[in-house]
Amino acid sequence: MLLKNTYNELIKIVSKPRSFLGFGALSLLIAIILFAMKADGSSIVSMVTDSFEQTLTFNGNVINGNLIAFIILQMLIVHVPLLIALVTGDLISGEAAMGTIRMMASKPISRTQIVLSKFIAGALYTLLITLWLGFLALFVSHFIFGSGDLIVLNSDGLVILPEADVFWRFGLGFCVAFLSLLTVSALSIFLSAYSENSIGPIVATMSIILVFTIIGSLDASVFNSIKPYMFTTHMAAWRSFFSAEVPFNAIYQSIVILVLHIFSFLGMTLYKFNKKDITS
Amino acid sequence: MSETTVIQVKDLNKKFGDFEAIKNVSFHVNEGDVFGFLGPNGAGKSTTIRCLLSLIQPNRGEIQLFGKHLHTNRKEILSRIGCIIEKPDFYKYLSAQKNLEIFARISGAEVSAKEIEGMLEFVGLADRAKHKVKGFSHGMKQRLGIAQTLLHKPDLIILDEPTTGLDPQGIIEVRNLILRLKNEQHKTILLSSHQLSEIEMIANRMVIINKGHSIVEGSVSDLLNAEELLVKFEVNDADKAKTLLSAYTVKAINTTTIEILLNRNEISSINKKLVEANVLVNAIEPKRKLEDFFIKTIQN
Repeated sequence: MLLKNTYNELIKIVSKPRSFLGFGALSLLIAIILFAMKADGSSIVSMVTDSFEQTLTFNGNVINGNLIAFIILQMLIVHVPLLIALVTGDLISGEAAMGTIRMMASKPISRTQIVLSKFIAGALYTLLITLWLGFLALFVSHFIFGSGDLIVLNSDGLVILPEADVFWRFGLGFCVAFLSLLTVSALSIFLSAYSENSIGPIVATMSIILVFTIIGSLDASVFNSIKPYMFTTHMAAWRSFFSAEVPFNAIYQSIVILVLHIFSFLGMTLYKFNKKDITS
Repeated sequence: MSETTVIQVKDLNKKFGDFEAIKNVSFHVNEGDVFGFLGPNGAGKSTTIRCLLSLIQPNRGEIQLFGKHLHTNRKEILSRIGCIIEKPDFYKYLSAQKNLEIFARISGAEVSAKEIEGMLEFVGLADRAKHKVKGFSHGMKQRLGIAQTLLHKPDLIILDEPTTGLDPQGIIEVRNLILRLKNEQHKTILLSSHQLSEIEMIANRMVIINKGHSIVEGSVSDLLNAEELLVKFEVNDADKAKTLLSAYTVKAINTTTIEILLNRNEISSINKKLVEANVLVNAIEPKRKLEDFFIKTIQN
């Protein structure tokens, strides 16, 4: 029954126009970034490289597919949660708003299976969005700009990663980015179990991310004790793969926190949905 | 409990906050019954039906379906039930066929594509099978709802206000469909409706609930025949008829009609008496029997 209903959930997602909004928006945004980089990439990059030109000389293809992919990831990873929440925040509340939840819940499928099938379908959608982002960022950028060493400016300074040492970093980086987005997906499904309209959980998800991100960036010691446990603190863990020395321990810690959040949100959704009186 | 009892509800209670939606509701439905579930708005009909389908968790009471406790045999029981609750809602962005496929997959039975086509044919939607539900009228959605209800060949069908919003033609179609399900397929049907005439026409047993309590339960004919019936006689001389029927309570009279309260089995003898006294009887019309019984019961 779980697999059958997961298949149902995928059909519903595929049949809803809003599901393609994410793919369309990503494609458009990446097209705009690629166009901007093609038209004016050298001046954009020189803003970073100029400050190092007294000590360093940059040779070769600096504006390459790897750099563009990194820039795209940096710019878009903040916005992708909204595109994810647009679909996953509607998974339970949308059914309540439409009235189909009572049709569904009066069938011989357990409520736990209903939630799990929605979570699995939401996770697959999140994976597809991540893969689409990866495909456009990496492969299309490489096709247009070619390959080369990756220059990354992070808190340690300027890091130059050889071309041969980059692909695995992108691969693992996308895996952690997927986990971050899956946390957003689990959060919006959880909020969706509390709501009977589609907009509420989407807005609430983005509000929570926004508030947590602001708390995380505030340099106030009062929040220092909670910052390490906030999922938003670990959503940028993918960037750590682009350090000269990859801090695997910190990344493992981020993965654990994200996974714990995913299971907590899922557990709370199951509890809420199993207890819920369906009166809509 | 009898082996043929399909639904057994005992002392069912449900509270929403401080509001007691149902209080000690009890009734039973036998196999093959078309069971009328009556009550005014807010009486607790929908809450009771939702409890039967495990959409709402009762605070107290017992529900057994097919001789098994709902709480411990939910999946098995629900696989034998088909239902429409209040109004059939579907995925508007999907076609009629896709909607049925989705519900068939979680119905607990194997339903083939051919059976889905056959069901769409049965409810007269075969030519709209590929059309999205968002373009359907209320009547079409109601028919699709009935198709969804019957898809997995349930033993018990629960219909909560199945004719709400339908035009007269639609009401007749649904009524005939229920009668076909009863007569040809011997399904057990629990029918909640505001259309009292409909219940009177097709139900053999019923319960009336009001303010969360079940008030009366029993066979429709027994309950109604135990009551005096208001009958309108259309005659050529109402005054003469009134004199002849002085032993009865006359409720209304004009030159050609007289309305009296009597028992059903007295109708033929009164007719004979009038005819023998040269009073021509042009028509005999029982007046809205269940409606009167319902109002009287609720008011009491």
